[in-house]
Amino acid sequence: MVPQAELQSYYGKPIINKPTWKAADIAGYLFLGGLAGAGSAVAGGAQITGRPGLARVTKTASAAAAGLSLAALVHDLGRRGRFLNMLRTFKVTSPMSVGSWLLATYAPACAVAALSDLTGMATALGTGATATAAVLGPGVACYTAALITNTAVPAWHDGYRYMPFVFASSAASAAAGLGLVGAPLTDTGPVRRLAILAGGAEVVTASLMEKRMGPSGEAYRLGKADRHNRMGKALTLAGMVSAGVLAGRSRVASALAGAALLTASALTRFAIFEAGVASAEDPRYTVVPQRRRLAAQSDPSS
Amino acid sequence: MAVERSRSLLEGTDPATSAGYADHPPRVGFFTDTSVCIGCKACEVACKEWNQVPEDGLVLTGMSYDNTAGLGADTWRHVAFIEQPARLGHQVTGAASSKDGSRIRWLMSSDVCKHCTHAACLDVCPTGSLFRTELGTVVVQEDICNGCGYCVPACPYGVIDQRQGDGRAWKCTLCYDRLSVGAEPACAKACPTESIQFGPLEELRERADRRLSQLHHNGTSEARLYGRDPDDGVGGDGAFFLLLDQPEVYGLPPDPVVTTRDLPAMWARVAVAAVALAGTVTAVFARGGPRR
Repeated sequence: MVPQAELQSYYGKPIINKPTWKAADIAGYLFLGGLAGAGSAVAGGAQITGRPGLARVTKTASAAAAGLSLAALVHDLGRRGRFLNMLRTFKVTSPMSVGSWLLATYAPACAVAALSDLTGMATALGTGATATAAVLGPGVACYTAALITNTAVPAWHDGYRYMPFVFASSAASAAAGLGLVGAPLTDTGPVRRLAILAGGAEVVTASLMEKRMGPSGEAYRLGKADRHNRMGKALTLAGMVSAGVLAGRSRVASALAGAALLTASALTRFAIFEAGVASAEDPRYTVVPQRRRLAAQSDPSS
Repeated sequence: MAVERSRSLLEGTDPATSAGYADHPPRVGFFTDTSVCIGCKACEVACKEWNQVPEDGLVLTGMSYDNTAGLGADTWRHVAFIEQPARLGHQVTGAASSKDGSRIRWLMSSDVCKHCTHAACLDVCPTGSLFRTELGTVVVQEDICNGCGYCVPACPYGVIDQRQGDGRAWKCTLCYDRLSVGAEPACAKACPTESIQFGPLEELRERADRRLSQLHHNGTSEARLYGRDPDDGVGGDGAFFLLLDQPEVYGLPPDPVVTTRDLPAMWARVAVAAVALAGTVTAVFARGGPRR
């Protein structure tokens, strides 16, 4: 707990303005973008190792998730008709600008890969698009960590050392879940292994982040963020166990394990989003760490 | 598409030069001396009138005489009112008293966009709508902003915000239009006590230093400058203040840092995480080998 006595404020008003982003759009995008990106990487692996069932489901779902991502991003804009202004400049200081260019390349590749697979047409182009999406996918899944941590929102910024790893593992866990839900059992060997590795990493990195980010970590243990966080971790663990033990033998168990991992990944992203908003609404999260930093500067021995 | 200068804005102390203006007028800004603010809100009114900022609710907040509450899309100058059971220097406090009968002091302060040397809003803007003017100020181009909202949580001061029903981001322009014809900003023009002073930043800093030592000499030891230091987390503010208490008492962050200072470390970690993700996926397929 942050001691109350340390805090002075202006009538309890927040210091920073909270994000105007809508949870369904932006937390939804964090999940869908991660699912699509990691899904494309899995599709690449499935294609190379001759697992057409797994390749088809990951290509198709990644294309759908990428399309929904774009729709959510445009929907969240205050001026939707001006979405193309996103490609007006390229700025490495703005993860949103970098991400716009990434998505502008990745989403079409994703769509071509899926269409070629479903129709059986233009297979050479389809293979090239699958490779492009597989290479760009991990970037799409991870850049969003820089997007949200590159703000003054305490529960996001203070976790910047861990957030990219939380996002990478959450995305991989979701993609593994996708494979477990949709691919024939004969194809799911790699995604069962991925489910265990990524699911474990998701729980560990998220817990480390909350613990080591300082006072802002408290925002992850309160209210809605806390509920979604706990439910997400429980579902990840359940999904991992069933993926490892049962999913190789039963179609139903595989689908249930996959659904648990997908839901868990979405809950992780919503918990992060909600913790960020809560930390922006309370001046404590802004003032207390800054006060401590100043105190440490003026007294280096402490 | 224009590739914006990605030279980190953390370079240099002269933002107009860092933004690529080879030959430019001196940087201008505000020095807001809150020790002479009388809370008349003429700055708030003048700003709204000149900039045609829409009405955003006529409410009573219960926060002393402050019914504006804070800076946002529709409030570009905000006067804070703080009531404290304390004396200001050697003042003889007036009739106003707190509940327990002790005398109180009133702190009043007109807040505004800081026009940071290293401006997070400008750094994160993906459209190039936010730009650095030749005068070193930070301005939103309303014909370009698409309302993505990234600048809103990026600002460490809670200044810029999205306008309801309009969708775009708005904030103080330091009256860019008035400056272009040699006039001073509306708030400074309207201020009856010269609490809000406009001018070349170098000159304002010297003036603020003199005022601070004068106040200290007169026994107001709690006076301090806020945002004056070019070595602070935002490289110093283009609009800085003389305060009579801790910044957070006025709703200001005590040690703001431009978020993009940590962006190189963020990108490095994103790269490592993306490679780790690609590597893990490769590994889980390599172990299984081609399907029989």
